[in-house]
Amino acid sequence: MKFISEFRDSELAQGLISDIRGKSKQKVRLMEFCGGHTVAIFKYGIRQALPANIELVSGPGCPVCVTATSDIDKAIALAMVPGVIITSFGDMLRVPGSRASLQQARAAGADVRIVYSTLDALTIAQENPAKTVVFIGVGFETTAPTIAASVLQAKEQRIKNYSVLSLHKLCPPVIKTILDAGEVKLNGLICPGHVSAVTGSNAWEFVARDYGIPCVVAGFEPTDILQCVDMLVTQVENRRAKVEIAYKRGVTPEGNLQAQKIMRQVFEPCPANWRGMGKVPDSGLKLRQKFADFDAEVAFDIKPEPAVEPKGCICGEILRGVKTPADCRLFRKVCSPENPVGPCMVSSEGSCSAYYLYGEH
Amino acid sequence: MCLAVPVKITKIDGKEADVDIGGISQHISLWLTPEAKVGDYVLLHTGYAISVLDQAEAAETLKLFEDIAKADK
Repeated sequence: MKFISEFRDSELAQGLISDIRGKSKQKVRLMEFCGGHTVAIFKYGIRQALPANIELVSGPGCPVCVTATSDIDKAIALAMVPGVIITSFGDMLRVPGSRASLQQARAAGADVRIVYSTLDALTIAQENPAKTVVFIGVGFETTAPTIAASVLQAKEQRIKNYSVLSLHKLCPPVIKTILDAGEVKLNGLICPGHVSAVTGSNAWEFVARDYGIPCVVAGFEPTDILQCVDMLVTQVENRRAKVEIAYKRGVTPEGNLQAQKIMRQVFEPCPANWRGMGKVPDSGLKLRQKFADFDAEVAFDIKPEPAVEPKGCICGEILRGVKTPADCRLFRKVCSPENPVGPCMVSSEGSCSAYYLYGEH
Repeated sequence: MCLAVPVKITKIDGKEADVDIGGISQHISLWLTPEAKVGDYVLLHTGYAISVLDQAEAAETLKLFEDIAKADK
């Protein structure tokens, strides 16, 4: 068992496709919350493989895409502070802020470094004791525990020149916001696999219970996604709405309790600004008072100029599932991966990037 | 961004481990999965194992897919 190739078997995928085709009668619209799913769906041609009555719409599940312009401005302002080394996951560097991107700040002389892990950021902090290393904490429940762990490690190892700008987002509150807004009617939710590995599938119970929408947690291989669609279609056809897992090798109903514990130990919920959705209560994470020494918001009094949104960009509506990249006047004409106007074109998991790369117009 | 890949643990040293990723060895953190053992596959995300993969569940899922594919023929 290698846990990859087995789940890419074309015969097994074909069997699942036939099963879906045999079962699915009603017209259904399913939302894949996660940007990783959006990419996998395009990459493996799943849209084309499914019958025409099944529509897949992309949701807001790309942490880079949903980071508000004002927060990117904050990261850039921090980068310009003398003696600061900014460490960040690579995806964030090219996202345009109001006036520049982190990459442009780097070109202008700021010390901005791409890291693969917070562990690398801690090493940079240890190697540069005279500087302050700030990690740009972007990510959902999958990533937040790894950043919480880095704060605990910094405390344990007495690394005093490390702090986090916490821009983390939580997934269930934003799904609630989208469902409450009622702009997009959904018949099923393809729940994020790796967020759920941490939160457990129980995090989605409220969607099935309060909104009557079937939920199935999916993995990222083609048969994982097809199994998820098969299970959602089965629920729709049988008029049921419950939470199921199509990724049982990696996800349990309870999730990773240790990761949840570490996340709760370091962070507490706070309101967060989402691109396209504005302020959503309890959808962000801030460092607890006890860890204020590691909070970049406390260490630096950063107040960037008011944010300016890119003109004509509809990333916000795309993130809510109300519009698709094809509806954007800038798509392919002005906005491309080489010259991105909005974040959904920058991030490799953004809808615009997936539509652009995999040829859906 | 929530990308995580299955990797096999080859060595454990306290809260850290070496894993095999397609023949390449990488050093990772087990802070979030203290229950992981040598030989386990874990989901690796930004240098941390976030979940220990369940071999029995994986086998059961594949068996289900095989049954569906057979029924189709």
